[in-house]
Parts: sequence; C-alpha cells; structure tokens
Amino acid sequence: MTDYDPAKLPPKSRGLNVITGAMSLIVVLLMVQMWLLTATLDSYLAGRHRVAPAAIISAAIFACCFGLYLFIERIDRQVRKRG
Amino acid sequence: MSGPDSSSPLWKDEFSVHAADERYVSRRQFSKFLVLTSLAMLAGQVWILVKSWFAGEAAAPPQVAVARKGEIGVGEVKLFTYPTDQDHCILVRTAPDTYVAYSQKCTHLSCAVYYSRQSNQLACPCHRGFFAVEDGRVLAGPPQRPLPRIQLEARGDELVAIGVKERA
Repeated sequence: MTDYDPAKLPPKSRGLNVITGAMSLIVVLLMVQMWLLTATLDSYLAGRHRVAPAAIISAAIFACCFGLYLFIERIDRQVRKRG
Repeated sequence: MSGPDSSSPLWKDEFSVHAADERYVSRRQFSKFLVLTSLAMLAGQVWILVKSWFAGEAAAPPQVAVARKGEIGVGEVKLFTYPTDQDHCILVRTAPDTYVAYSQKCTHLSCAVYYSRQSNQLACPCHRGFFAVEDGRVLAGPPQRPLPRIQLEARGDELVAIGVKERA
C-alpha cells in the first residue's frame, strides 16, 4: 500500500490532473462525434435521409465539449490565481 | 500591437507566459483546438441535415428513354446519363428479356465501374470492387454499399429510366 493522496498534492499538480482528465474526456467525446459523422454520411449517401437525430446528438456532444472547455478555463484560472 | 514606447515591453507580448505555466497553456490551447474540431464536425452534421432537407424537396426524377429493346445484344452494355448529364450510368442486357441499369459511379471512391462479361460482374478497376450484375450488391472489395439502381420501365419498344434507387 502506498500513502498516495491526491488531495495532498500541490495545487498546480492537482490542477494539471483535473485538466488532463477533462481533456481526455473531450478526446473520447470527439471520437464518438467523428464516428457519428462518418456513420451519418454513409447513411445519407445510401439514400436514408433521416439525419436529424444524429445532428441533435452531435450538438449535445459539442455542448459537452464546450462545457468541459469552460471547466478547464476555470480550473486554469483558479490554479494561476493561487500561484 | 505594442510599439517600443508603449507601457508593456515588446518581449511581454511575444512571451506572455511564464516558463512554469507553459504546460497549462499548451493543454488549454489544445483543448480549445479540440473544441473547435468538435464544432467543425457539428457543422458537417448540420450540412448533411440541410442537404437532406433539400433532397426531400427535390422534384420528381425525369423520365428518359435510354435505349430501344434489341438495341444491344445479350451480354452487351450501353452507357447513358441519368438523371443529369453528370450522372453516368450503365445498362446491361443480362438475358433476352432482362435489362438492368446502375449508376456507373463506384460506391467506394466514385471510379467508373464496367461490365465484365467473363465473370458476369460489374467491376471497379481502381480498387478491385465487384458488384453482382443481377442486383448491384457488393461481391468483393472495399465498397460498402450496392450500386444505385436505375429503375427501368418498358414502354412499347423503348426502355425508359424513371428513377434512381439508392440502397444501404
């Protein structure tokens, strides 16, 4: 057993961990969105024209990504303020 | 831009981040880039949505006589364009009374397919895609979708194209 406790890390390291985690989440969401776009394009070219649900899901994914970005900005600002 | 006589020195504009904060900045900028990529993909989705709306409102396909019966022999082909002059198609007579027509554009990367009489298949020479001549389904190669089929109708002595059937 190690006595590793993230709460005891210096604020900068903690901030960096949070930012890296949020960024990883954005990357995962981006991969899902990319898959969705290719699947929609493939479906559209095959003659299926019901693409509205995919567009709504894509918009939701973008909203999540943007929210995470704002979260990263906030954490970044807080960490800088603390020095 | 700040000139030499402005309040902050030029080097502060050029190197606005302390070396210790550089990791934060690069991560933040990369996140911004990712979010912009997400926005670009959303724009792509919206573009497809708008295209599909306009496709739904498109006028009925034209009816065009593409060949006369008996104009081509069994196992022979005739090339024509339908529904516009830019959409090349291929008509194949597979039996004395059977004609089939498909878009000539391969569903992989849009190369022109040709009819191979030896194998009785439609073949794409670019990446060796093969389609069944009976119904246009994919037999081999990289294409994922069958060839769009041109719907034909026999009217007297003529074969008339009446629509395009895209298939998944």
